[in-house]
Amino acid sequence: MTVQALEIKRSSAAMWGTKTGLREKPVVSKYIDTTTCIGCKACEAACQEWNDLKTVATHQEGSYQTLPHLDADFWNLIRFNEREVDGGLMWLMRKDQCMHCAEPGCLEACPAPGAIVQYANGIVDVDPSKCIGCGYCSTGCPFDVPKFHKKTGKMAKCTLCVDRVEVGLEPACIKACPTGCLQFGSKEQMVAMGNARVSQLKGAGFQDAMLYDPQGVGGTSVVTVLGHGHPEWYDLPRDPHVPLLVRAWKSILRPLGVLAAFAAVLGVFGHYATYGPKEPPEGDAGGEGRTK
Amino acid sequence: MTNGWVDIKNADVILAMGGNPAENHPVGFKWFIEAKKVRGAKLVVVDPRFTRTAAVADFYAPLRPGTDIAFLLGLIRYALNNGRYQEDYVRIHTNGPFIIKNEYSFNDGLFSGWDPNTKQYVKDSWGYQADPKSTAYGVDPTMQNPRCVLQLLKQHVDRYTPEMVERICGTPKDKFLKVAEIVTSTHPANRVGTITYALGWTQHSTAVQIIRTAAMLQLLLGNVGMPGGGVDAFRGHSNIQGATDTAGNTEILPGYLKTPQGQFQTLADYYKAAIPMTLNQQAWPSMNYWVNYPKFMVSLLKSVYGNAATKDNDWGYGWLPKIDGNYSWMYIFDDMYRGSSMRVGGKETGPEGFITFGMNPVGLGPNSKKMIAALSKLKWMVVVENAETESATFWKAPKEYGGAASSQIQTEVFMLPAANFAEKDGTFTNSARWLQWKWKALDPPGQAKMDQEILSRLFLAVQNLYRKEGGAVPEAVLNVTWAYANPVNPDLAEVLKEMSGKALGDIKDPKDPTKVLKTAGQQLDGFGQLQDDGSTLCGNWLHSGVYTEAGNNAQRRSTADPTGLGMFHNWAFSWPANRRIMYNRASADANGQPWDPTRVGIRWDGAKWVGDVPDMKPDAPPGTYGAFIMLPEGVGRLFAPALNDGPFPEHYEAVEAPIANPLHPKVTSNPTALIFKSDQDSFGTVDKFPYVCTTYRLTEHFHYWTKHQAGGVLNELMPGFFVEIPEPLARQKGIANGSKVKVSSARGAIEGTAMVTNRMPTLKIDGKDIWHIGFPIHWGYAAEKGHTGPLANFLTPSVGDPNTWTPEYKAFLVNLEKA
Repeated sequence: MTVQALEIKRSSAAMWGTKTGLREKPVVSKYIDTTTCIGCKACEAACQEWNDLKTVATHQEGSYQTLPHLDADFWNLIRFNEREVDGGLMWLMRKDQCMHCAEPGCLEACPAPGAIVQYANGIVDVDPSKCIGCGYCSTGCPFDVPKFHKKTGKMAKCTLCVDRVEVGLEPACIKACPTGCLQFGSKEQMVAMGNARVSQLKGAGFQDAMLYDPQGVGGTSVVTVLGHGHPEWYDLPRDPHVPLLVRAWKSILRPLGVLAAFAAVLGVFGHYATYGPKEPPEGDAGGEGRTK
Repeated sequence: MTNGWVDIKNADVILAMGGNPAENHPVGFKWFIEAKKVRGAKLVVVDPRFTRTAAVADFYAPLRPGTDIAFLLGLIRYALNNGRYQEDYVRIHTNGPFIIKNEYSFNDGLFSGWDPNTKQYVKDSWGYQADPKSTAYGVDPTMQNPRCVLQLLKQHVDRYTPEMVERICGTPKDKFLKVAEIVTSTHPANRVGTITYALGWTQHSTAVQIIRTAAMLQLLLGNVGMPGGGVDAFRGHSNIQGATDTAGNTEILPGYLKTPQGQFQTLADYYKAAIPMTLNQQAWPSMNYWVNYPKFMVSLLKSVYGNAATKDNDWGYGWLPKIDGNYSWMYIFDDMYRGSSMRVGGKETGPEGFITFGMNPVGLGPNSKKMIAALSKLKWMVVVENAETESATFWKAPKEYGGAASSQIQTEVFMLPAANFAEKDGTFTNSARWLQWKWKALDPPGQAKMDQEILSRLFLAVQNLYRKEGGAVPEAVLNVTWAYANPVNPDLAEVLKEMSGKALGDIKDPKDPTKVLKTAGQQLDGFGQLQDDGSTLCGNWLHSGVYTEAGNNAQRRSTADPTGLGMFHNWAFSWPANRRIMYNRASADANGQPWDPTRVGIRWDGAKWVGDVPDMKPDAPPGTYGAFIMLPEGVGRLFAPALNDGPFPEHYEAVEAPIANPLHPKVTSNPTALIFKSDQDSFGTVDKFPYVCTTYRLTEHFHYWTKHQAGGVLNELMPGFFVEIPEPLARQKGIANGSKVKVSSARGAIEGTAMVTNRMPTLKIDGKDIWHIGFPIHWGYAAEKGHTGPLANFLTPSVGDPNTWTPEYKAFLVNLEKA
């Protein structure tokens, strides 16, 4: 469901753009500090409850992780990764959910008009009533976020609690976090908070601490403090960007294709206007002479 | 806790051992994060597993389950030998200078006074040597006398070198030394550290001594009584603190008064045994606050027997039930199983009936097979519960738990549905001793009733039966007062008022007898106003002050924090007397000036003590009394004559020991450990059961409760039961991650999914490869569909600590195989 109170900045399969330029909204962002995450999963429970998601059955396969990956009914997952570094052990925990990219690959890939929208505040949302379940959004997303409902085929993912944010509340996951490792505010504020925390970590011996806000997708409305500058240790792509194929298709091939379609129609009418209908050749039996 | 949750943010160093605070207290853990982020505090974790707490720690060191005393004594040795202790603090606030009797000794694992026939210690030699000139405590303020406590302690810990710690605990020497350096860095006056612990320390046959060692270390470092310091116990579940405060255990009455024993037939006899005596009034005089015991006891008796309690009948003391032995958990079930009481030579019958109130014995008692067998012997049982737990359905236990066939079981079981935590008003008392009033969120479903209604109806029905039919000593039941506005379902605010205490007659100002402080019917301000003459009523002296004439202080919610230390004196009520930091006199020096001006507990302003509520007579100048007002000697005990297994801690192996004790192989385990020997109690040795096993909890579950949740998300957050196995051991046995394994002990066997991980360390113990594995406790045979799992306690032994009788759930021997 698109939320009417928010300004839509971009909409899937809309060639000429949908920006109204009417209302100004600062871009929002979640802030995740993996160095103070204790993997308690309060955020998982809060997301499930707020969004009335159906309970997903889980099975022990040798991990603390609730599920191996996100699900159409499970939009927020703490990922657990054990890693040995310099004779020491690390157990890295990262909250995984839609990154709400500034240049959303899912939106670019989506062929169904209005199925995926980006609001002026940066939130990327799905309208299941318009989703055709084609799965193209999965191709477009570098974070493997879009998941599809088993029966209806509709795509579902974290909405950055757009229904809460529009009335001035923070997302459910942020509210539930007991250690304060999750925060919410304007992108500017969250980036400043992240940079300050990274400086503090560097001072405490985390030499390659970094703030993950990948520019390959124009930055994201989820900024993540990583204690170690190796995103792949946290199941994050090192340098995510919208796949070339999707960009090429949407920005080049599709417009060209539309242009070609128009050109073809024009060409047909133009040819008719210039040359008229196709006439049978001279000397056909039963035919009359050509009229001039 | 001696300190509190918020206070943890004031620490420079936090040592988290014997517990997994991030896992089991995720909300309270935010104060650890606050300490780290705001003051750059260092979090050190020492644990048999690399836990979720270790994941955010500054340093982690592994150790073998059950070897915490060796590690902590190693830290004490390091502190003493490197001068990393706060000498002035030790001199004035501990019994470091006190001289010990010549008769006291320790050799080859045994203290003086050991009686091999009774398997108990005669503690007479564990005492202070009186000064021959004054008959007061003999002391040496220079602490050089070889018989003073500090020197005796130095000698005692000398064996706990870093090499010995590595040998016993398996902790690599360099890691132990790193922990020692960080933890003892709090010894200067301007640095403070706290030690946090939970069931990883309490559930051993040496539990109390482990905790004592930590307390001793904190005394040496000058951390007790300081904001950011102390010994912070994290209770096992919400309101266990309230439960023990209000006498949830057999050996105590409300406020930790002692349950009277049968041999004490009068209050006078009872007081003689209960109230500690000072050696004299001279050096290190103490308030010895327990001298006020009669005021607490008489006020309690007035709350129980009301007007029937008079001076002439010893305030009804004669009607109070007495104990003739140990009625703690393992004894109850042993008696139940045998059908006869072991306490008095097996000459009494065991219990024929049993009420289990919000408690799942089959799930949480050690040796589940014995629990089931015991319940099967009962004539009747009442289960008051929210869900049909393992205990509520014990006769349907799966065959593998060894119970009798249901057709053989005669027990009549009644189940009374009860409201759960979200459906009840009342107070929870948290680990920080704060009584916080809570309001119910919704009504209980169906026929479920409030705890107080169930208890009241049961009691009043029994009282009625006594009234109609008589019985043995009917006055003991008939004289109990139950004067609530609604006797069958008392309002808990009314009960709280009764616990806090009120005047029954005029209470006069002790400084000015013409002044009346309280008149009959008025709520008291606190336990300072309690009397032993029947003019006050108080259900729990320790909670006195929670409900005053000002109102229900447990409902206060002011966030005013003028000192910035997070004391929040007007948020709820902290026992005792709204004091937030216990022993806060020790936060100041001999002149009453704070050791650390940025962390003031209390200080002397020339006329009185100011800061936190002083743990000291408010107008007594520094030097009048010692900082530890509840102890007869008035100072903190580095040497403690009171416990059953020794005045100093000593490393003993768990009862099911994987190795002979390297320090004294002839006395491997705690010689006074509680061990049950019915035919349901089997013990394993390391040849058949070569691995050490430990049990623990998870964030996602609350004990044996979450598995009953129908259809919600909580039950799914942790995908299921697992067994954590070190990677090299798994490789050795060909066990793959996610495959099925079988774990067996001398009591039984369970199966589960293997979680192969490097978070379970590889340790060399006494030169040998001694592996340890572990699994969480939250499953059982009674659960929502799809959420059953093995009972962890099927494998644990009926052995426990000799002081608290808590079972040794945390270290026992098992075998591990592919299933």
